[in-house]
Amino acid sequence: MSVLKVTQNNFHEVKNSEKTVLLDFYADWCGPCRMISPIVDEIAEEYPQYLVAKINVDDEPELAESFSVTTIPTLVVMKGGNVFSQSSGARPKEQILDMLEG
Amino acid sequence: MEYIYDMIIIGGGPAGYTAALYASRAGLDTLVVERMSAGGQMALTGDIDNYPGFDEGVDGFTLGMKMQQGAERFGARTKYAEVTGIDLVNKIKRVKTSSEELLAKTVVIATGANPRELGISNEQRLIGRGVHYCAHCDGRFYKDKTVVVVGGGNSAAADALYLSRLVKKVYLVHRRDTLKATKIYHEPLLQAENVEFVWNSVVEEFIADDRVVGVKVKNVVDEKLREIACDGVFISIGRMPVTSFLNNAVEIDKNGYIVADESTKTNIDGVYAVGDVRTKALRQVVTAVADGAVAVHYAEEYLAHFSD
Repeated sequence: MSVLKVTQNNFHEVKNSEKTVLLDFYADWCGPCRMISPIVDEIAEEYPQYLVAKINVDDEPELAESFSVTTIPTLVVMKGGNVFSQSSGARPKEQILDMLEG
Repeated sequence: MEYIYDMIIIGGGPAGYTAALYASRAGLDTLVVERMSAGGQMALTGDIDNYPGFDEGVDGFTLGMKMQQGAERFGARTKYAEVTGIDLVNKIKRVKTSSEELLAKTVVIATGANPRELGISNEQRLIGRGVHYCAHCDGRFYKDKTVVVVGGGNSAAADALYLSRLVKKVYLVHRRDTLKATKIYHEPLLQAENVEFVWNSVVEEFIADDRVVGVKVKNVVDEKLREIACDGVFISIGRMPVTSFLNNAVEIDKNGYIVADESTKTNIDGVYAVGDVRTKALRQVVTAVADGAVAVHYAEEYLAHFSD
C-alpha cells in the first residue's frame, strides 16, 4: 500500500482507521528522518494490514503539537483512534515492526 | 555448507562503504551489514564542507547514499540487520544478527559512534520529552523557549550558537571555566545576548514531570546546587564508540575504542577496525574513508595466504 500523506484535512482517515496506524512525523531537512523514510515506505509496501502515514511537521505544526512532538523523527502507533505507543528518534525496521505488533 | 564471504563489513558509514568499494573492486565477495541506513553519523549532518571535491559542500545523507551506490556498483551487497554478537576465535569468523549467523574470512568493524549520554537515571525516559542529542534536528521545536546546552567542545558551541538564533534563552553548562571549542566559536557566543554561560558545572538531575521542566546543576568548585528552569536540554558531550556488541572479542581501550593503528589491524588476524570506532587522532569523513581503503589493502594481503 502507498503511504498516506497526512494533513489537517485528511487526518480523520487516521483517526477513524480500522487498521493499526503507523505515523511518521518528519521534516525534509532532517537527516535521521531521511534515514528511516525508506524503511517506513518498505513497511507500507510489505504490510498492507497497517495504514502507514507521514506527517510533515513544517506543513502541519498543529498536528505535531497535538501529539507533543518535539523530536523528529517521531513514530506513533495508533489503534482504534488512540495512541498506542510513541517513540522518538530513528529506529531500525525490526524495532518499528515490534512497535506495531506490540 | 554454509556460505562464506571474503569480507563482512559491520556498519555502513563512510569507512564501511569505502572498504566495500575497495573490496568489491578487488573482486572480493563483500557484504555490508548495516543497522538502519547508509551514511552513519555523516547522514545526520547537514552540510559537509570539509570533504574535498564538493566546492559548494555536500549534504551528509546524499554523500552516504552515493558511497553505498558506488560500492554496490562493483557488486558489494548490503544486509539491513543489527549485529548482536561476533565470534572471532576460529579462522572463519562468525557474525551474528538477530535473525541469522553470517560467515566470513575477514571482518571489518566500522560501527562508528553514537552521541554520549549524561548517564542520569531518568535520561532515557525523557528522550523526546525535553532531552535531545541533535540541536539541528529538534531545535526548532523550542522557538521562543528556554533551553540548556550541555558541553564545551565544538559541537556544543555550534549547537548553542544555532539555538541562540531560534530560542529565547540558552544556558550553556560546561564543567570547566572555559570552552574547549575552537576560537571561531568564542566571539559569536560571547556576543550573543541570550546565551548565558554556566561555568564549572555539571548537570546532576533532570527536573521533570511528564517532560523536562528544568535541570539541577552542581558547581564543581564550590559544590553549590542551582536549579535552572528550562523547556529542553541539548546534550553535546561527545561520542561513544559502538563496541559493546563485540563483548571484548578484540582489544578495546578504556574509552571503548578498538585498539588499532593506522594499519587498521586489530589484535586478531583478519579483523580490521575503521573510522570513528578505532583509536585515532582525528575523526573525520576523510580519515574514515582512508581507513576503509587501508583495511582492504591488508585484508587482500591476508587473504592471499589464507587456507582453511
